[in-house]
Amino acid sequence: MTDQTTLSHLELEAHDKTYLDANELVINMGPQHPATHGVLRVILRLDGEKVLGLECVIGYLHRGVEKIGEHRTYTMFNPYVDRMDYVAAVSNGLGYCETVEKLLNVEAPPRAQHVRVILTELNRLASHQLWLGTHALDIGAITPLFYTFRDREEILKIFEKYSGARLTTHAFRIGGLQYETYAGFEQEVKNFTAFLKPKIDEYEELLTTNRIWVERTQGIGKISADDCVALGVTGPVLRASGVKWDLRKAQPYACYKNFDFEVPTGQNGDTYDRYLVRMAEMRQSVRIVEQAVAALPEGPIMAKVPKVMKPAVGEVYHSIEAPKGELGYFIVSDGSTQPYRVRVRPPSFVNLQALDRMCRGQLVADVIAVIGTLDIVLGEVDR
Amino acid sequence: MIAKLKRMYGSGIEPLTYAGQNYMIVDRSLIPEILQVLHHQEQFDYCVDLTAVHYPQRDKQFDLVWVLYSFARNQRIRVKTQIADGVSLPSSVTIWPTANWLEREVYDMFGIKFDGHPDLRRILLPEGWKGHPLRKDYGILQQDNQWVQINLGIESGQ
Repeated sequence: MTDQTTLSHLELEAHDKTYLDANELVINMGPQHPATHGVLRVILRLDGEKVLGLECVIGYLHRGVEKIGEHRTYTMFNPYVDRMDYVAAVSNGLGYCETVEKLLNVEAPPRAQHVRVILTELNRLASHQLWLGTHALDIGAITPLFYTFRDREEILKIFEKYSGARLTTHAFRIGGLQYETYAGFEQEVKNFTAFLKPKIDEYEELLTTNRIWVERTQGIGKISADDCVALGVTGPVLRASGVKWDLRKAQPYACYKNFDFEVPTGQNGDTYDRYLVRMAEMRQSVRIVEQAVAALPEGPIMAKVPKVMKPAVGEVYHSIEAPKGELGYFIVSDGSTQPYRVRVRPPSFVNLQALDRMCRGQLVADVIAVIGTLDIVLGEVDR
Repeated sequence: MIAKLKRMYGSGIEPLTYAGQNYMIVDRSLIPEILQVLHHQEQFDYCVDLTAVHYPQRDKQFDLVWVLYSFARNQRIRVKTQIADGVSLPSSVTIWPTANWLEREVYDMFGIKFDGHPDLRRILLPEGWKGHPLRKDYGILQQDNQWVQINLGIESGQ
């Protein structure tokens, strides 16, 4: 493909120029690059090793998910949403099912809601583990990858036993769950949380005071709380900048209001703080899972929903706190069996927009660290 | 808050509620002002999403939808407006920088232009692609054959 991309917004103001223009160069990174976590292309404008600005070129993985949604029934579209953020497929499913439930004006029964919270939080753990392993690998620490993948395997085994799939689980149905939990589910989840708690300490031992890690992450890719809000950045990135905002607390969905947990925040908004916030979040997720398993009620797992779903004419926006930030669905119903419009508000897409702001003035090697710390999934960016 | 806006702008605003969610249909001419007021005076500092819906049988074919959130109020509101095909809207990038990519996506998928946008180009589809896929008259199997043949060197992407 020929590169005709204009660098219009990277044109520098005259006073920004350092008069080292002989060194100023534009280089291309990706889309096939191991550190971009998928097919992300970044055009960097550099002055020596310093980043003056960058531009993201996305869309390589665009599959037209929203268009597909208009041509499938509500039930048929459910598995498609798993393929957006494929490392947190359960969260995608939860957001979609809850939105359609709002349109249908039904609510999942308590047992289904508890199982949903358990699986969603396990998925958050798996997503953060994958993030930690690959992020550390990008920066040069190989060991955490093996640790986190080893432990993530246990979560995937639970998913596989429950739904038959490890990644694209299609775990939930509109109105609740299709499958009752398997025999021994509760015990296995309890065993897992007991198993994971010391493992999180292990990850932290590897990195938190590791001198190379600290040097590579502290003060890198800083973003202020105001900038986060202006750029619509959500999730751990927003919290690391000091904004105590989590949709599970702010506008509780599923049955999160029954559980006791903290919203960890950072102060500096740098890569190191985002790391600490995500580590603290993993511990909170473990807490939630423990409480949800202990309080798992008996009862039905499926609400009364019609076999052929025809929600009344109307529109609903509903969002959940996915591992990456606010994941929203805006669904318009025209009273037929297919949604008239499905809009997905992907956290990765919006967060990626902040990359330029976060990388300006940093070194080119830090771009890798900042892409890692944003925790994007290109399947969700491009949809 | 909505009642206050209603008093200020009268018939230009129609406040509605569906499934417990507030939204308002605003006249196209009031859009720049309402968005300013919501951000500057009513503390809707976070632009969650911007999207469009296409109704080809209507005169004003497009619904534009802003989803806004206020951290101070912990409240969400949707602002909707209807525009005809070919009518542009003022860009809200100066109000919410996050609208930059969101407006580019709306332009890419629906062909709606935003005046004053700093860099209005396609974002998900390649530059040079013909058509706007989320319009209802764009078939699900449709593609820009010419683009595919020239750039990918294959007969069809299907």
